[in-house]
Amino acid sequence: MINIKDLYKSYGKVDVLKGIDLDIKEKEVVVIIGPSGSGKSTLLRCMNYLEEPTKGTVCVDGIVLDGEANINKVREEVGMVFQRFNLFPHMTVLQNIMLAPMKVRHMAEDEAKKEAVRLLTRVGLADKADNYPTQLSGGQQQRVAIARALAMKPKVMLFDEPTSALDPEMVGEVLDVMRNLAEEGMTMVIVTHEMGFAREVGDRLLFVDQGKILEQGAPKDVFEHPQQERTKLFLSKVL
Amino acid sequence: MEFNFQLVQDSLPLLLLGAGITIKITALSVIVGIIIGLFMGIARIVNIRIFRIIAAIYVDFFRGTPLLVQIFLVYFALPLLTGQRSDPYVAAISACGLNSGAYVTEIFRSGIQSIDKGQMEAGRSLGMTWTQTMRYIIIPQAFKRVIPQLGNEFIALLKDSSLVSVIGFEELTRRGQLIIAKTYASVEIWTCVAIIYLIMTLSISRFVAYLEWRFKTDDKH
Repeated sequence: MINIKDLYKSYGKVDVLKGIDLDIKEKEVVVIIGPSGSGKSTLLRCMNYLEEPTKGTVCVDGIVLDGEANINKVREEVGMVFQRFNLFPHMTVLQNIMLAPMKVRHMAEDEAKKEAVRLLTRVGLADKADNYPTQLSGGQQQRVAIARALAMKPKVMLFDEPTSALDPEMVGEVLDVMRNLAEEGMTMVIVTHEMGFAREVGDRLLFVDQGKILEQGAPKDVFEHPQQERTKLFLSKVL
Repeated sequence: MEFNFQLVQDSLPLLLLGAGITIKITALSVIVGIIIGLFMGIARIVNIRIFRIIAAIYVDFFRGTPLLVQIFLVYFALPLLTGQRSDPYVAAISACGLNSGAYVTEIFRSGIQSIDKGQMEAGRSLGMTWTQTMRYIIIPQAFKRVIPQLGNEFIALLKDSSLVSVIGFEELTRRGQLIIAKTYASVEIWTCVAIIYLIMTLSISRFVAYLEWRFKTDDKH
């Protein structure tokens, strides 16, 4: 589904990603962990070209990302959920979800609305349809953001630390929605600090440090028998 | 010397007619200014260098030269382009609109740049183009945010429109001058003119305050 080859990303003189090779299969749930500044968010953002790689190729669903036209095409198929939700504050929850399907997929308004209501019901927020984002709690906003991404019927969902900006008691409701998505067979790439969730939901765990994938494998194996010293050190601090 | 109220009363209809024309050219210049300002404001931040340069030159020129000079320039230069004698209306609105557009450009630029960049990323990540994201997400938010500055700009424009009297355009200030030329009642007429301007500017600032309040309650943020 996603193929990344020899990916490098630098900001000026700072090298953030230093040669990443990664293949993500359909329906796979890949969890990326690592210390802050390790490049894990940048890696995720390269997958839909919010960051343009300095070198290397990113290929999503058979399309190599290299120009404006196919980047937009790929972004239609790749949903993204941000740490800070990034809902559109001047629109109601329903309008937030309906906008892209109507403008990008040219879906009729009543159809887009029906789909939006269905998705809101799915994330448990049908009663908030006509509220504005700022009237919602952080956890509710993030669930709306997930619904908004799902409205485009993406083939892959990218999650960039989706629970890091939430109060602790709201983390669970967002993880529940993500867990359901994973169970339904969505291909997902998740950058997170929620180790319990990574272990439970992930098919594969990547440990990224200093711009490289240092270690990967089944979450259980990596957590219980880390091979690299760096991984052991990191896990000893977060577990 | 005594304040002649009778004269004020007699002149009022003519002055109000002038005020009507002041409102008209201000309103039309505002529209011209907003349209130019919106496009130039966007041009200042796009990734295309030539657009940025053109917009910067435009802003520098119209903010860096006096409006009075711009009015003369447009009035006397326009015939060279059109081959006809300048219509004071067209000249007045062009000059005021172009001048105001330069200030509005900077207002919109800062408004757009004040919107969190996560908004653009969210729009783009949903597959919307840069233009769509600008149109449906960034600009509506930026617009609301700059309403107070736009209001100030238009109050300034209404006052500055008095300068078009120099090309013989009979707005409020010019009307006042003409009446004084006949009656020599400088104090009475200038007082009256000042009060009419004050009423207009205060009305605009109340209206802007109302808009600001409306959008705030609309949005709950």
